[in-house]
Amino acid sequence: MAETREIICVTCPMGCTVQATVENGEVCDARGQACKRGVAFAREELLDPRRMLTATVALKGGVLRRSPVRSERPLPKAMLLRAAEVLRSVTLQAPVAQGQVVVADILGSGVDIIASRDIAAEVLS
Amino acid sequence: MSLPHWDVVVIGGGPAGMAAASEARAEGAERVLVIERNTEAGGILPQCVHNGFGLRVFGSDLTGPEYASRWLRRAEMAQVEFMLQSMVLEINADRRVLVSGAGKLHELSAGALVLATGCRERPRGALNIAGSRPAGILTAGTAQRLVNIEGYMPGKRYVILGSGDIGMIMARRLTLAGAQVLAMAEVLPYVSGLRRNLVQCVHDFDIPLHTSTTVTRTIGRERLEAVELCAVDQHWQPLCETARTIACDTLLLSVGLLPEIELARMAHVGLDPLTGGARVDESLQTSVPGVFAAGNMVHVYDLVDAVTESALRAGRQAARYVLGNRLTTAVTPQTIELGVNIHHVVPQVLHLTPELDELVIELRVRSPIEQPVRVEFLADGERVVSQRLRYARPSEMIVLTLKPDEIACLQRAEHLSVNCRPWES
Ligand SMILES: Cc1cc2nc3c(=O)[nH]c(=O)nc-3n(C[C@H](O)[C@H](O)[C@H](O)COP(=O)(O)OP(=O)(O)OC[C@H]3O[C@@H](n4cnc5c(N)ncnc54)[C@H](O)[C@@H]3O)c2cc1C
Ligand code: SF4
Repeated sequence: MAETREIICVTCPMGCTVQATVENGEVCDARGQACKRGVAFAREELLDPRRMLTATVALKGGVLRRSPVRSERPLPKAMLLRAAEVLRSVTLQAPVAQGQVVVADILGSGVDIIASRDIAAEVLS
Repeated sequence: MSLPHWDVVVIGGGPAGMAAASEARAEGAERVLVIERNTEAGGILPQCVHNGFGLRVFGSDLTGPEYASRWLRRAEMAQVEFMLQSMVLEINADRRVLVSGAGKLHELSAGALVLATGCRERPRGALNIAGSRPAGILTAGTAQRLVNIEGYMPGKRYVILGSGDIGMIMARRLTLAGAQVLAMAEVLPYVSGLRRNLVQCVHDFDIPLHTSTTVTRTIGRERLEAVELCAVDQHWQPLCETARTIACDTLLLSVGLLPEIELARMAHVGLDPLTGGARVDESLQTSVPGVFAAGNMVHVYDLVDAVTESALRAGRQAARYVLGNRLTTAVTPQTIELGVNIHHVVPQVLHLTPELDELVIELRVRSPIEQPVRVEFLADGERVVSQRLRYARPSEMIVLTLKPDEIACLQRAEHLSVNCRPWES
């Protein structure tokens, strides 16, 4: 049986509402999206919803106290809270380089958590 | 004694300042300086650790720190000079700048000035909430800085007033950091930030959202203990019978941003009461010749990408001013009139010189229209540009870009105006 679901595409700030019709576990029709990325998003959202995870982790010996981090790619949505919990117990040591792997393959997702900026070590005077 | 002189001095090293400075160099200005009060450039971006930046400018989905570092690299490649940990205290209409930095006061002069001082959050004083002033009430942006930069959690159980983007982003951030967000209250009948943030920050984490609702009272003497929420009618009047209290230790305010215009005032730059920012012309020049404005001090943008794009124009035009390539004093400025459902428009005035080769009009509507609309720019009642959009919402800035032949159509017009209304079938 075909079912129509309304999905807001979060790929870009336009935030289009996509009317996706699902039949036999497949998206067979999509309307309302301003570009084709909306179709891909609706498909993923219905079958395997994912989101980017961004956070900060503790940092020692740096010019800042926190290091911002991100998932290299979107993670399964259901994993976000648990992944964030893992990050709450991580402490990095400065210096940090943008792109450096902070947690590899978090929760077995196949996705790395990486640093999103450079942070120099504190100069001790 | 002659003062140290720079061709272009940019005040503020946020995304607007870095883009304006880089582009001023690219356009041929020799000595370009950015003055920034913080220890690093980047403006508000270092604390905006979430993604969503750069989709338009770089075609990739970056976090705030990543977006800032790309622009910093560009500015450095363009040989822009930075004066950090330096606060501009005063400027005047002759483009003299008084700076405090490294424990000293010094003065410099500029061929052109670009004000890129950003915005600040509307404070609690601007709201009407009963109750004493216990600890635990802060703006969403302050909380963002505490959590992401200082590594300090201001509370455990939160209520957020206002559904602006920073408030929604903090609802998610605090949840991920292990705190509880018990409610988000919005006085309007609709969310005031972007829909993508509603989905990925509020819905994804099941944050209870109450529209047409406000905080009417704060409870607690030393530390906040609870807030009272009330539904409101269409005139924002609380409906007392709906009052309920929610126990919480922190109230975040996300109730809007205001352009930072203190310096602009000192130089007697004309302001627009509708935007709260500087009044500018097509080249982002203010009412004071040689003083330009960029980014959130002109009007509050919803996207950094749009800040960058407009700041590039400001930097380019500031360089042209210094190099004597475009003088606008020869023509009479024309005001753009606000037509149907237009809240404000930037630029507010146009100098239609023959050399004018780019014209971008940014505007916001007054009320949402959830059906296809026509946004049109009229010259003496004739439609010069028209754009069809699928809807118009106050939270999403609308941009009209005019082509050279369309700019030519404006040249002798007496009345210029903009409208936004439902698309006539
Ligand atoms: C708390 C907060 C969070 C935000 N989050 C987002 C977001 O997630 N996404 C988004 O797209 N937009 C966000 N915005 C809007 C954001 O401000 C803009 O997108 C963008 O940063 C504006 O760039 P700007 O350069 O105009 O201002 P800013 O980034 O604010 O930069 C202004 C700079 O000027 C400096 N300055 C000001 N006065 C002086 C002075 N007198 N002397 C020297 N330096 C001075 C400041 O220190 C600052 O570095 C946020 C705004 C705020 C306030
Ligand atoms: S469908 Fe395309 S335009 Fe619409 S939100 Fe998604 S990516 Fe953006």
